Amino acid sequence: MELVADNLRVTRGYRTVFAGLGFSVAEGGALILAGPNGAGKSTLLRILAGLLPVEEGEVRLGGLSLRADRGAFVESVLHTGHLDALKPAFTARETLAFHADLFGAPRGRIEGALEALDLGFLADQPVRVLSAGQKRRLGLARLALVERPLWLLDEPTVSLDARSAARVAQMAREHCARGGLVVAATHIDLGIEGAARLDPAAFAPAEGAALPTRDDAVLDGDAW
Amino acid sequence: MKPFLALIRRDLAIAFRTGGGGALGVAFFVIVATLVPFGVGPIPELLSRIAPGMLWVAALLACLLTLDRLFQADVEDGSMDVLALSPLPLEMVVLAKCIAHWLTTGLPLLLAAPVMALTLQLPEASYPAMIASLALGTPALSLIGAIGAALTAGMRRGGVLTAVLVLPLYVPTLILGALAVNASAMDLPAAPYLMLSGAITLAALPLAPFVAAAALRLAIR
Repeated sequence: MELVADNLRVTRGYRTVFAGLGFSVAEGGALILAGPNGAGKSTLLRILAGLLPVEEGEVRLGGLSLRADRGAFVESVLHTGHLDALKPAFTARETLAFHADLFGAPRGRIEGALEALDLGFLADQPVRVLSAGQKRRLGLARLALVERPLWLLDEPTVSLDARSAARVAQMAREHCARGGLVVAATHIDLGIEGAARLDPAAFAPAEGAALPTRDDAVLDGDAW
Repeated sequence: MKPFLALIRRDLAIAFRTGGGGALGVAFFVIVATLVPFGVGPIPELLSRIAPGMLWVAALLACLLTLDRLFQADVEDGSMDVLALSPLPLEMVVLAKCIAHWLTTGLPLLLAAPVMALTLQLPEASYPAMIASLALGTPALSLIGAIGAALTAGMRRGGVLTAVLVLPLYVPTLILGALAVNASAMDLPAAPYLMLSGAITLAALPLAPFVAAAALRLAIR
């Protein structure tokens, strides 16, 4: 299974973020998205996850096209964003039990997923008492719970300590070793051999480098 | 089916742990209905005349109370992204959340309504029609309300806008619900109004999730 993106173009708030962007990631491979703030790293990951529409170009995973087989494509993808998608009222274990049921993963994996991110001792604590780093780890525990070939990680190591960041890198390496694919926006080295690097800013059109005008910002409002 | 039920269970658990379950909506309903005799005076004939309409208006307002957070909380904390990537289609996500919303607002109103009917001097013979009208009409409130809630899900202060968008759409349900109770109070058949009210709910059941899901796709962009 190979991930291929071809000639992608994206506009956010009347500004072209990038155009003509393409890459391919082989089975067991990884792609690290680097680049300055606003280069379109998160946007690219959200497009690959099917959360944003493909305006122009095409993305294929194996035989699946994101445009034509969106449903099947999306079910091969696991996306972790800036937000951890946690409910303060639930315990860590309840959170993962819900995710397991929602994604059709066996509940027997919950303990393993908690252990994978060092959350065993916090399993019965409500999310509201967890620290920022612990919340992030619980958000990432979904990776160990649900089995999907393509991981899309948006700054997975933000607010993690060095030990936890190393664990996440280790999980990404193991996922690749199992034949999975990883596309990650990250500033730390995940240590995956042969991982390609891509800076979406390199595909920014000349006029896209200009800041959006005030009118654009007003029109775009909260959706930015 | 399992993801669908898991989502309903999750929303019910959140409602009970953080919002007091249906208690808040019921308390609001009781207070609004209790204010009426204070406002119009304790005249039994007048109260029993306006009771059907007041009960239904109070039910609409109680339903609106929890509506604006229906999707907003999930959009804000990123849960909607996860739900959008789950095997559950977004339309079914909406339906599951509507069911949970009805169980925590509509259903408790059914149970509290007889007490309020007593306060408002509703004739006893109208109780079955009142319960039936609420049972058939309140699911439509959750379903139609979901459209408004989805349209304002990405806004930080969408609560009032939700009400402005949704209340006009509630008018047919309100009229038919109140008419059913009124008719039975006057010894006329309530069935035609109940059937029409049920028809609105049945039409909203497949339609509202599609509209709300389309709005949610925009909200998470």
